[in-house]
Amino acid sequence: MIDNRLAAIHASDVSVSVELETPEMTLNLGPQHPSTHGVLRLVAKVDGEMITSVEPVIGYMHRGYEKLAEVRTYPQITALVNRIDWVSGFANEIPFMVAVERLMGIEAPPRAQYIRLILTEMARISSHLVFLSSYPLELGAATPLMHALRERERVLDLIEGVTGGRFHPNFNRIGGVKPAAGGGSGQKKVLQDLPAGFLADTRKAMDEVDDVCDDMVNLVLGNEIFVKRTRGVGIIPKDRGMEFGVSGPNLRASGVKFDLRKSDAYLPYANFEFDIPTGANGDCLDRYWVRMEEIRQATRIVRQAIDGLPGGDLQAKVPRIIKVPAGEVYVRAENPKGEMGYHVVSEGGRGPYRLKIRSASFSNISVLPWLLVGQLVPDIIAVLGSLDFVLGDVDR
Amino acid sequence: MSGLLENFWVLLALKVAIIAAVVPAVSLVFIFAELKISAHMQSRIGPYFAGGRWGWAQPLADGLKFIQKEDLVPDDADRPVFKFAPMVVLMSTLAVFVIVPFSPKLVVRDLDLGVFYALAAGSFGTIGVLMAGWSSANKYSLIGGLRAGAQLIAYELPLVLAVVGVVIQAGTMSFNGIVAAQAAPVFTIGEFAIHLPYLFQGQVIGFVIFIIAMLAELNRTPFDMPIAESELVMGYLTEYSGLRFTMFFLAEYAGMFSMSAIAATLFLGGWYLPGLSSGALEVLGPVILMAKVSLLVFVIIWFRWTFPRLREDQLQSIAWRWLIPLALLNIVGTAIAKVVL
Repeated sequence: MIDNRLAAIHASDVSVSVELETPEMTLNLGPQHPSTHGVLRLVAKVDGEMITSVEPVIGYMHRGYEKLAEVRTYPQITALVNRIDWVSGFANEIPFMVAVERLMGIEAPPRAQYIRLILTEMARISSHLVFLSSYPLELGAATPLMHALRERERVLDLIEGVTGGRFHPNFNRIGGVKPAAGGGSGQKKVLQDLPAGFLADTRKAMDEVDDVCDDMVNLVLGNEIFVKRTRGVGIIPKDRGMEFGVSGPNLRASGVKFDLRKSDAYLPYANFEFDIPTGANGDCLDRYWVRMEEIRQATRIVRQAIDGLPGGDLQAKVPRIIKVPAGEVYVRAENPKGEMGYHVVSEGGRGPYRLKIRSASFSNISVLPWLLVGQLVPDIIAVLGSLDFVLGDVDR
Repeated sequence: MSGLLENFWVLLALKVAIIAAVVPAVSLVFIFAELKISAHMQSRIGPYFAGGRWGWAQPLADGLKFIQKEDLVPDDADRPVFKFAPMVVLMSTLAVFVIVPFSPKLVVRDLDLGVFYALAAGSFGTIGVLMAGWSSANKYSLIGGLRAGAQLIAYELPLVLAVVGVVIQAGTMSFNGIVAAQAAPVFTIGEFAIHLPYLFQGQVIGFVIFIIAMLAELNRTPFDMPIAESELVMGYLTEYSGLRFTMFFLAEYAGMFSMSAIAATLFLGGWYLPGLSSGALEVLGPVILMAKVSLLVFVIIWFRWTFPRLREDQLQSIAWRWLIPLALLNIVGTAIAKVVL
């Protein structure tokens, strides 16, 4: 192109100022890239550092859980679903369990529901702490990572103490939660379900989590450079967000006051007082702030749940071999990443006929091609990080 | 013996050997300091095992590991340029040490245009970075290299302008001359003469601008966009491995050393400390300078582990809209003060 023009200028022998033509460059981010949270691939067309179009390529992490579920029994599927969003493994189990229980027409006893709720909120805290710590790292600040992950480790230790696993608890049973190790079926002492000192340790851990949130305010939100990098970057307007099916903190940051914990009764959230933090602008800064406030609300819920923890059984009466009557149900839950739903179709029998998983991250990143156009290359990272997705949750 | 030392070539070889030994050694110490300081800032322990106590041998072990690695050159790379780039970067930082005075006598060459030479030699490294970015045949490297180039153009100007204030005040561009000017008493209270470095003689704005521009020049956080590992993988370093990567790595810390030495000399009095006789300064000069350099290096490390990274356009706007006008005002102010006082 340039050659042709130059040739034309030579031919006519007149001096014309040639405007330098800068061709677009295709920049392939991922699947191996430090900031794509695993194996997301973005094929971006850039003009200098300005993005003209971007196409996310997903599927590198596809493990076929929906298909696998069809050849497994319901109790076996628990082990699959907590691997969908591994950063908050426990929270993934809940909507599936509730769905199966609804199909069977049973309900977990109150104590089991409270334990589920406490651990779900802890999973939320640990997931959001990962975000609070890794997002500044993507913008170049390495120190918040260590501070927030330290407190996350405390929370994970507590989850491990109860369930035996840090990431993949596999703790829920249809109709309740797993009894304490060694308790067996003849378990008499119901209080054995939580390890000794769990309640006191949790209270302490919640205080420490609140403290680290204050630290993050000082270290990150109070940092002029961080604010400069995130304010007004990657704005998702309310209506756009809803059109793309964005959910969870990402949507709340855009100012939509929508939280399934308030609207759907999948766990006894109605018994607790908590607020739904919402942002005003829907930019990266708001998404950071909203998640930080959600941690504070989660610690609030955990404290209340510990105070009001009822006694009683851990397990509703279920048959030895779990068979689910024919029917279908869709149960959704407010997971740390957003709305997570399971559509279980049963034709009777020990496993589902079909399991459709609606994961939050998949819908959340569908906004990327629209959102990233016109941004700069450094802002790709800022926007990607702020959506807080997990590739396992995208590809399932 | 003394006859041998007066031979120009022997002396030159000796000086080159000393610089070639001392600068990498000091850089290793700074690398170790960075490992340890960052660890303590992040409630980690940091290196612990290598070398026994405190893991002091960690940088050496790292260096040894790098040397063992294969020296990879991408197929599409412009081989001579690719291989030459790390040397250019390392040489430019080493070249600065020609004019840094460690004591009244301990200086390779006290050029009359010392300041001019230091800034010119220091900015030369960016050519090496551009070479690395261009020759790697990698888009991330290219963006990183071009960012480094843009950064150099934006920040070389405030860097030079910040120094002009000092040069006006000292009336010389020789480094030793500038230190000597700072060693002269500013005023006396009775018998007691007060000595102040230029930082406390009104060059505060100049010093702050110099430090900011220095960080940009060194590609250190918050101005590390040319590397920006979360965006550009490793920027212009992406394709480098083994010994060539080590050269870049060493150059980064040697650069911190050289720029801090320049800043310490220009603004903090260099090898001079009030209250010491000239004989004591001959001996203690290097120690005093190194103490001041260490202080500045600590600040640089501190910044790195505290701040996020700015965006390229934000960096440009800081340079052109704030630093350069401020530096110009500083020159005007210094010049007026010089004439009036």
